[in-house]
Amino acid sequence: MSERADLELIAELVPAGSRVLDLGCGDGRMLAHLRDHKGCTGYGIEIADANAQACVQRGIDVIQLNLDEGLALFDDHSFDVVLQLDTLQHLRNTERMLRETARVGRIGIVSFPNFAHWPNRLHVLGGRMPVTRALPYQWFDTPNIRVTTFNDFEVLAQRCGLAVNDCFGLQAGRVVRRWPNLRASVAVFRFEQGV
Amino acid sequence: MSSLGLVTPQQMHFSEPLPLKSGAVLPDYQLSCETYGTLNATRSNAVLVCHALNASHHVAGLDAEGQRGWWDNLVGPGKPLDTDRFFVIGVNNPGSCFGSTGPMHPNPATGRVWGADFPVVTVEDWVDAQVRLVQRLGITQLAAVLGGSLGGMQALDWTLRHPDKLRHCIAVATAPNLSAQNIAFNEVARRAIVTDPDFHGGHFYEHGVVPKRGLRVARMIGHITYLAEDAMDAKFGRALREAELAYSTQEIEFQIESYLRHQGDKFSAYFDANTYLLITRALDYFDPAREHGGSLARAFAAARGNRFLVVSFTTDWRFSPARSREIVKALVDNRIGVSYAEIEAPHGHDAFLLEDPRYHGVMRAYFERIAAEVTP
Repeated sequence: MSERADLELIAELVPAGSRVLDLGCGDGRMLAHLRDHKGCTGYGIEIADANAQACVQRGIDVIQLNLDEGLALFDDHSFDVVLQLDTLQHLRNTERMLRETARVGRIGIVSFPNFAHWPNRLHVLGGRMPVTRALPYQWFDTPNIRVTTFNDFEVLAQRCGLAVNDCFGLQAGRVVRRWPNLRASVAVFRFEQGV
Repeated sequence: MSSLGLVTPQQMHFSEPLPLKSGAVLPDYQLSCETYGTLNATRSNAVLVCHALNASHHVAGLDAEGQRGWWDNLVGPGKPLDTDRFFVIGVNNPGSCFGSTGPMHPNPATGRVWGADFPVVTVEDWVDAQVRLVQRLGITQLAAVLGGSLGGMQALDWTLRHPDKLRHCIAVATAPNLSAQNIAFNEVARRAIVTDPDFHGGHFYEHGVVPKRGLRVARMIGHITYLAEDAMDAKFGRALREAELAYSTQEIEFQIESYLRHQGDKFSAYFDANTYLLITRALDYFDPAREHGGSLARAFAAARGNRFLVVSFTTDWRFSPARSREIVKALVDNRIGVSYAEIEAPHGHDAFLLEDPRYHGVMRAYFERIAAEVTP
């Protein structure tokens, strides 16, 4: 339920008619939403066979690639928007991918689980790694090989020379603009390549 | 799964000469073809299947000898390319040895068998012949052209030179051109054939012999390149044919030798030596970027109205995923709709002919998408 609301809230950041590259596009539902509601075109990148097949099934153009190999396939600024939603925590080379996102697209939009959300802090205070609805994995079997926070990402964005022009949290299908690092389970950043 | 049952090939005669890329002309020719399924009222559900080196118009179903078509696991009722929804066309290319006009047939100008004088044919020439055949069937635009390996090159060429005559291109385990290594393998095969004393400069028919030794070696080297090293190890390893080593340089010791010799023997009994030379040459020559200043992206600019599915297999080293990605890049550079599946399969180049749930799953999904666009 909140997943659908999150999708719509993030989709609002994408200008109508954009050419979109969705990195880690899953089963293609974001691209399908952008195609059907905002007249967007573009490609999804996905590594999992089942997801790639689901994309083909819903008529989304999907390119099966391992994002850790980079985006050599795409020229500089060849997309209006590059999405990296719920993806960066799975990547080995997070920084490189972020720079690639900014290189390939005019606008980059990133979302990821915020480990500084207060229930996670409580878990860590209690001496254990968080296991919550947003982060349902044990530390030893989690696909999230990068754990980061809203505030940490701001530092990385600065280091990569990205100009962040919007950022907020998402919690239970709502936008959180006050103290998102504490109050939101998901962080969203919209940025452009800085000058 | 259900199959098409007995299928019957048709012969189509073309009296209008076919101009070839080399400047030569194929004066008068026949094409063998098979069709499956029913052409709908709007003639919008036709799919052409292009064949690779060692295949023919017999794509699916059983022929008179009970031979199953080479892509029967993919094409048929309820299969990924569903003949209950699509009208599927298989055609044998000129120069081949399975029924269409080839080097074993008489040259109408001389009355003598063509032999080595059969004109050199290219991927483009085959596609031009296919265009005429499709026209003859009353189809102005194909729903899709599908091909694997050399067949994939033909499917790509359709979009480069006849983009308005098809909507979708499905190119499996193929490449935008052959690498030096790939040409090298072809050259070894060709030398094996032309240096066979029974080849007689390509006019062996008159001598009542077949250059079987050359064909055997050609097939053996080809076969090695179609398999992946790991799969070959898994299947044969260092297994011996006899319990004890014979310490002989001539006799078969290892199972892999036995297998390759068997494949070579089988092949040399039915394949034509001149056809092998022609088809490997057609592979070597295919290079659409060459006519566009070396830019594949510029070549594909013509295909902006088409949509693509490109498929490769991780262990295919003869037509590697990297080569398919070059095709994808050229399409992306032109903002052309393309889906690309890189299938993790252990079988090397041969994987495109085998059944694999992920491979067939994505093919099925793509054809369902095409079927949804087709108006009945």
